[in-house]
Amino acid sequence: MSIEVNGKTYETDEEGYLANLGDWSLEVAEAMAREDGCDLSENHWEVVNFLREYYDEYQIAPAVRVLTKAIGKRLGKDKGNSKYLYELFPYGPAKQACKYAGLPKPTGCV
Amino acid sequence: MAVKAEFDIPVITNVPRTPGLREGAMAHSRPFVAKADHQEPLGFPGELVEDWHDRAIGRMGELLGEYRSLQVFMDACVKCGACTDKCHYYLGTADPKNMPVARQDLMRKVYRRYFTFAGKFFPRLVGAVDLTEEVLGEWYSYYHQCSECRRCSVYCPYGIDTAEVTMAGREILASVGIGQKYSNEIIGKVYKIGNNLGLPEPALADTLEGLEEEVKEDTDVDVRFPLDEQGADVLLVTPSADFFAEPHVDGLIGYAKVFHQAGIRWTLSSHASEAANFGLFIGSQGNMQRVAMRIREAALELGVKRIVVGECGHAWRVAYSYWNTLIGPFDFLDPDYPAPQHVCEATWDLVQQGALRFNRENNDDKVVTFHDSCNVSRASRMGSMPGGQFLIPRELIRAACNHFVDMRQETIHEGTFCCGGGGGLLTDDLVELRVKGALPRMQALHEVIEQHGVTHMAAICAICKSQFTKVLPYYDLGMDMIISIHQLVGDALELGVER
Repeated sequence: MSIEVNGKTYETDEEGYLANLGDWSLEVAEAMAREDGCDLSENHWEVVNFLREYYDEYQIAPAVRVLTKAIGKRLGKDKGNSKYLYELFPYGPAKQACKYAGLPKPTGCV
Repeated sequence: MAVKAEFDIPVITNVPRTPGLREGAMAHSRPFVAKADHQEPLGFPGELVEDWHDRAIGRMGELLGEYRSLQVFMDACVKCGACTDKCHYYLGTADPKNMPVARQDLMRKVYRRYFTFAGKFFPRLVGAVDLTEEVLGEWYSYYHQCSECRRCSVYCPYGIDTAEVTMAGREILASVGIGQKYSNEIIGKVYKIGNNLGLPEPALADTLEGLEEEVKEDTDVDVRFPLDEQGADVLLVTPSADFFAEPHVDGLIGYAKVFHQAGIRWTLSSHASEAANFGLFIGSQGNMQRVAMRIREAALELGVKRIVVGECGHAWRVAYSYWNTLIGPFDFLDPDYPAPQHVCEATWDLVQQGALRFNRENNDDKVVTFHDSCNVSRASRMGSMPGGQFLIPRELIRAACNHFVDMRQETIHEGTFCCGGGGGLLTDDLVELRVKGALPRMQALHEVIEQHGVTHMAAICAICKSQFTKVLPYYDLGMDMIISIHQLVGDALELGVER
């Protein structure tokens, strides 16, 4: 599978996650979100950017409590919970936000 | 509001019904196939091998020799039909090939052709068929529509264990190059990084540090989440989902509070940061042993006296029923404790000793029911009494909550229904199957919601918790209804001064 952005084709896995992290760009993230009918707001970007920063340091997406804590700090305490994250990413924050951030899909019993 | 789906969501009826047959209703359902990268680290060929036919029959012959049970299961079925309406996937999909007998027959008809006199010479008379690519495809589809939950086996007069047939089917498929991506990728991560998630040690340490801060903020008590602490008494191995996901993490917080309050020195291990063992799901003894071995290594390395297993259904099955042969003996552990011990057992012991005190009112906003996980219920035990695996979790809930009710009798204890996502099927490429397979549990849950105002369903399995989080909204129920037993325990536990 692949995704086409501005005339360039990027390889993805069966579920649309980028095969190569290095292929990621703002445009790719926006194109992925568009396919899901999701318009990326500033708050979406806060989450996506945090995921990328965390991944860069730890080579894994953050655990849900790490994420909600960080988002609470950045966007206000009322938003530091998974209910809010599910509002932003209805397919599940871990999976949907990881996809837009260009990270691999979390595996395991999650 | 229910989630929109690209398939029909089963309707919950007042009285559970056995559906009329819908031939081929789930013939399209098949999970992603493993790529070479997922296959090879497990010792399987990267793609379909040229001589797949002979290799598959050869592997089947080996399995029939290795597991006398498989041979008996192939021969013993008398087609009595007792299993036909017992499988949640049949009840939820109406596909007749999801009747356990029919799913087993996909292998049985091949077995007859190659391993029985009648099938070799008069195949048509005994319904024997050649192994073709089409048959392999059917195996791949339907052996990934069985969660190896073994409910059907409870009702089989011969005790035929469908799970073992499914495991053999998957093992044969993987050995000719057709493995399942979800399970095999995960096993590869355990080998490479140490857990199903691929959570490296620094990320685990960071996550645990965050949890210490969180509990401190909530309770003003310094509850620790120790990692790789040499000389601890207890090694806790738990599913990595407990570090990562909700509602799992609140269960982990509960374990930590219990150990803290009881003054038990415990530790997690970055080498064995996973209790789950998907080697079981794919029917591969070799991989199951390799995954489990990390736990023995960690226990010896850290010098612990006890191994306690967190809330994970199949991990407990592997620990309770297989560890001793796979990674035993455990003569280096304290003989005064069961080796291994389930975290519910450990907590229950402490409750009985009076080491823990609870404010049940903390859970008064909840009316709780309990979902027995298949592997705990039908493949293990807790405590020293028969049925301890049913009793102890319920006693823990009662210790921590004032309001508890059970679901309908035939859907609990050894008759429990699978959550719909067990056995290596907890993957988004099987979401239709998962939603449909959850129907019987949703039906029973719906009943206690209507009759008793149940607000929460507790479970002791990471797969059950993730599965219900995903499927509850399809049935118009809140994803946060599902919680860990140790969340209830942790929320009600009185945390006193440090000991």
